[in-house]
Amino acid sequence: MANLTLVQAINLALVQEMEKDDRVIILGEDVGPNGGVFRVTEGLHKRFGAHRVVDSPLAESGIIGTSIGLAMAGLRPVPEIQFDGFLGPAYDQLCSHAARMRTRTRGAFTVPITVRVPVGGGIHAPELHSDSPESIYAHQPGMKVVMPSSPYDAKGLLISSIRDPDPVMFFEPKRIYRAFREEVPEDEYVIPLGRARVVCEGGEMTVVSWGASVVQCMQAIERTGRSIELIDLRTIYPFDMAAVEASVKKTGRCVIVHEAPKTCGFGAEISARIMERCFLHLEAPVQRVAGFDTVMPYYKLELDYLPDASRIARAIEETAAY
Amino acid sequence: MRPSPPSTDARAFDVHGVAEKPATQPPRHAPAEIRLPAESLTKWFREMLLIREFEVRCMQAYQDKKIGGFCHVYIGQEAVAVGCTSAVEPRDPIVTAYRDHGHALARGMSARACMAEMFGKIGGCAKGKGGSMHMFDREHNLFGGHGIVGAQTPLGAGLAFATKYEDEVINGERSNRVTLCFLGDGALNQGAFHEAMNLAGLFNLPVIFVCENNGYSMGTSIHRGTTMGHDLAAKAASYGIESVAIDGMDFFEVHFGMSKVVTEVRRSSRPWFVDMRCYRYKGHSMSDPRKYRTREEEESYEADDPIGRMEKWMRSRSLMDEAAVKAMQKAVREEVRDALNWSESQPVPGIGELHHDVFVEPFGPYTGTSAPPMLRERGLSVPWRQEHAP
Repeated sequence: MANLTLVQAINLALVQEMEKDDRVIILGEDVGPNGGVFRVTEGLHKRFGAHRVVDSPLAESGIIGTSIGLAMAGLRPVPEIQFDGFLGPAYDQLCSHAARMRTRTRGAFTVPITVRVPVGGGIHAPELHSDSPESIYAHQPGMKVVMPSSPYDAKGLLISSIRDPDPVMFFEPKRIYRAFREEVPEDEYVIPLGRARVVCEGGEMTVVSWGASVVQCMQAIERTGRSIELIDLRTIYPFDMAAVEASVKKTGRCVIVHEAPKTCGFGAEISARIMERCFLHLEAPVQRVAGFDTVMPYYKLELDYLPDASRIARAIEETAAY
Repeated sequence: MRPSPPSTDARAFDVHGVAEKPATQPPRHAPAEIRLPAESLTKWFREMLLIREFEVRCMQAYQDKKIGGFCHVYIGQEAVAVGCTSAVEPRDPIVTAYRDHGHALARGMSARACMAEMFGKIGGCAKGKGGSMHMFDREHNLFGGHGIVGAQTPLGAGLAFATKYEDEVINGERSNRVTLCFLGDGALNQGAFHEAMNLAGLFNLPVIFVCENNGYSMGTSIHRGTTMGHDLAAKAASYGIESVAIDGMDFFEVHFGMSKVVTEVRRSSRPWFVDMRCYRYKGHSMSDPRKYRTREEEESYEADDPIGRMEKWMRSRSLMDEAAVKAMQKAVREEVRDALNWSESQPVPGIGELHHDVFVEPFGPYTGTSAPPMLRERGLSVPWRQEHAP
């Protein structure tokens, strides 16, 4: 066991998967000697060489498109896109090719790529460097979407993603890259995709969240002192509705928390599913605490935009009192 | 493992980039005898000094955590922004990428508005909601400041289309406006750049793509990231676009080289591409460890500084003496200090500011629903704070 940050846990997962399988290669802007913009790939270029940790031209569409070709031919590319907002130029390759290839070829070809992308706000960055695009990719059939909230989960989920035979968007919340450490086993382990984690158990209410917001939820729950079940979705798509359903049927109340704008955020999907599956168990309307329906503001307003412990706690109290 | 040098073996599988060929020296553009009005020369020299001082103070303010987000400083490239803007007129649109403070100041944005934007304060050019990469100034025809590499290049084509359309189709006059579209050498690798070049060539658009070729796209040297990096004219030629290389480390080379291109584009209404050779003294951003180049390389450029060159020239022609240069430096320091103090004193945009400028606002700020406040005031909805919080 080692006490690692989220960045170190991801780095360890990459090292171990590359040691194990020489089909795993990394491509991205400055991922080589520079170790990537957040230093996630630090040391990998030295260890595995320039042919496996490839410094690419500054061209996101090219990075992802090339990775798709590599993956269709049998390699396991793990491309890095520097920031959430830089996915724009690569969107066409991801959604027109990667996500659809299995269906389009009726299973003859697959695209086992894992696209690593630092996402979300909270590091004083401007727009295009603070977005949470998970629901955009969750809406694309054929694409898996993962977002860890802790170093332990990050390692196990990344290993699962790399070994997964389908394309995975692996969103890394940059706000918690180095925010805290956690015991992470040196040995390899996998956390299956599509399986949520119950962070803490409780009977009064269910709170569903993912990514960096899980940390804010924990603070809010502590503040209210109530018996609350916190579910970290971990995989946004396909998501663990069974875990959400079981919990909401037990508690009868639910608050969903995410950074992305409220309208069409993934909370809307979960809320609708709860209506479908748990309607007669509900004691209160499902509430969502989310980013506002505006472009992510520059850093002075960032903390007003992001759901924080006090906003979450207020929603919990309102839902409890309903 | 040390990175091995690019291979010269034509069959090699080599991800270090193609073998580097030496780039030919840009031709000389400045005449042997320079005749320009003394007041213009002094003004342009001052603009370069202002940008340098502004950027040095930005770096300090960033380290003092007065500036958040990311900060890409222009130090070393001052002659490019000032030389290019000196060659066009205020009516000519300009668009650029994210290393944009220099272009904003050279175009006439006040140091106060530029600095306050980076401080995230309401007095900034984008109300403190855009930050370092988003300098916009409608009054001075500056169309940004854009954060995605290469994404501004089709905008440049569109701006040129608009000027030509307005002048010729709407006003029925011969158009002679030009658009300056700046990009870095990293943008050469983006699809958007190639689409913009094709469109501009196809549609006869009067746009000048000024590639500020500082040799590095973030941490990757041009030879490791771009084919034909030694001869960018080849890229332009494939779109039927004429091009020229200019020494961007010398104000006069930029001014006269760009003046020739601008005159030609006003006449022909055809796009041009400029390989503007320059060097950024600092890292890509403030958090760049610059492991990809040597200190010796940086020093070789710093020794031939564009501001130092121009100062020497001004003094050799007795346009300024040492005292005048000192006085100008002092005035520039004062101007930047004033911008810092003013930015410090400016208010932070309030939380309500989040909901402004999302859409046009006939009924007030946009709050994520279609109910305007006049309906809410009649009790048909709740105020946005309650609506959105939690």
